[in-house]
Amino acid sequence: MLTKRLIACLDVRDGKLAKSVKFVDTKDIGDPVTKAREYYDDGLDELVFYDITASSDERRIMLNVVEAVAAEVFIPLSVGGGVRSVADATDLRLAGAEKINVNSAAVQRPGLIDECAHALGNQNVVLSMDVLRVEASAAVPSGYEIVINGGRLRTGRDALAWALEGVKRGAGELVVNSIDADGTRDGYELTLTRLLSEAVRVPVIASGGAGTPAHLVEALTEGAADAVLVASMVHFGDYRCSELKQALADAGLPMRMRW
Amino acid sequence: MPETVIVDYDAGNLRSVQRACAEVGLAADISADPARLRRADRIIFPGVGQAGSAMATLNRTGLADALRQRLGEGVPVLGICLGLQISLDHSEEGDTPTLGLVAGATRRFQFADPTLKVPHMGWNTLRLRQPHPVLKDLHEDDAFYFVHSYFTVPSDPAVVLAEATYEQPFCCALGKDNYVGVQFHTEKSGRAGLALLARFAAWDGVFKAAAGEVSRAH
Repeated sequence: MLTKRLIACLDVRDGKLAKSVKFVDTKDIGDPVTKAREYYDDGLDELVFYDITASSDERRIMLNVVEAVAAEVFIPLSVGGGVRSVADATDLRLAGAEKINVNSAAVQRPGLIDECAHALGNQNVVLSMDVLRVEASAAVPSGYEIVINGGRLRTGRDALAWALEGVKRGAGELVVNSIDADGTRDGYELTLTRLLSEAVRVPVIASGGAGTPAHLVEALTEGAADAVLVASMVHFGDYRCSELKQALADAGLPMRMRW
Repeated sequence: MPETVIVDYDAGNLRSVQRACAEVGLAADISADPARLRRADRIIFPGVGQAGSAMATLNRTGLADALRQRLGEGVPVLGICLGLQISLDHSEEGDTPTLGLVAGATRRFQFADPTLKVPHMGWNTLRLRQPHPVLKDLHEDDAFYFVHSYFTVPSDPAVVLAEATYEQPFCCALGKDNYVGVQFHTEKSGRAGLALLARFAAWDGVFKAAAGEVSRAH
């Protein structure tokens, strides 16, 4: 039976692991390669690296991190942050990433999704969306707006419409990250997650706000997500990956429990 | 010096496969040279992408002929994902004639349940249909990482080694003589996947598919 996935997101800045609260106040919390290895050994199903600096001169640092992780962690690796072209995506693929996440650059130039899907295959292109809850309006009828540049810039674009467009252009998976919930540990944005998961036929990953195992269960049931992304919960040592997976399995969800 | 070659036909992330081989002590070279493939004594045939463009590249470069020749000479070959799918006679993906290493076809998933996500993406367990040296010591809870929208339907059910279930059971590993193919990405399937690669590295290429009744038990 197809299992639900536990995914850990490692935000990397200048080659070091960082974690933000509501996309600001970034803290340095260690070496990403060590963390990746620790999570792999403890049953994590997939890893996402986010390059949160992503200025062009620092790209090399990120590629080195990805290479180092890919040499010893044999689960799917997904990388994003600053992917602006097929060339950026190809560099990351060669370094060892299966999947490439596109975010802000795709909002600014949606053709990037088509280009990456053509070059890498749809299944390797993940559309990562940062979403803010707003008053529903003519421009944003779902009441969820896409924001970019690490949550700093509102786009006036409706999240549901963008998800549908992204999939049509070739995104093979969606990461739905709630800016409102990010780093709060109050739980995922379930309404948003379910809205998007039911609207598309590609897998949806819930992101932002997980604080307890019960939040993960909710995202996979009420939120209808295919996978849950965690960061703070595991990075600060509050929970172990294996413990979270056990809690999900105990709640009756199909999980990979042997590794 | 034994040579293992990972066939390079512009189809995906071959370095992931190479790294996983290295992890289990199998030194493998990535090569797009048919002459090199003809000297190989172990071949890994991976791939991600589209059947039509994959076949065009394989035919144009001469890699398709080299692969058929070497397989006929008894060299162990491991197909992975697209590498497995294009090993059959025909693929529904772009209505493409494929390599014909194993009789059968590759079909697209069609689900009764319209909410099921495509591709079948994530970790799934296998149900073993018959023993094979490459699938030895598999535990029923071992899960492997899948990403695919098409699946193989071999003509002869006796070549089916294992099935996975996504709404319906489908063939996810098959074996015929010195050819073995898996639908999942064994290179990204944690320790279970690495163990499979290690067994392939040690395999002499000898396998006789079960005649008659195939075991349905684990």
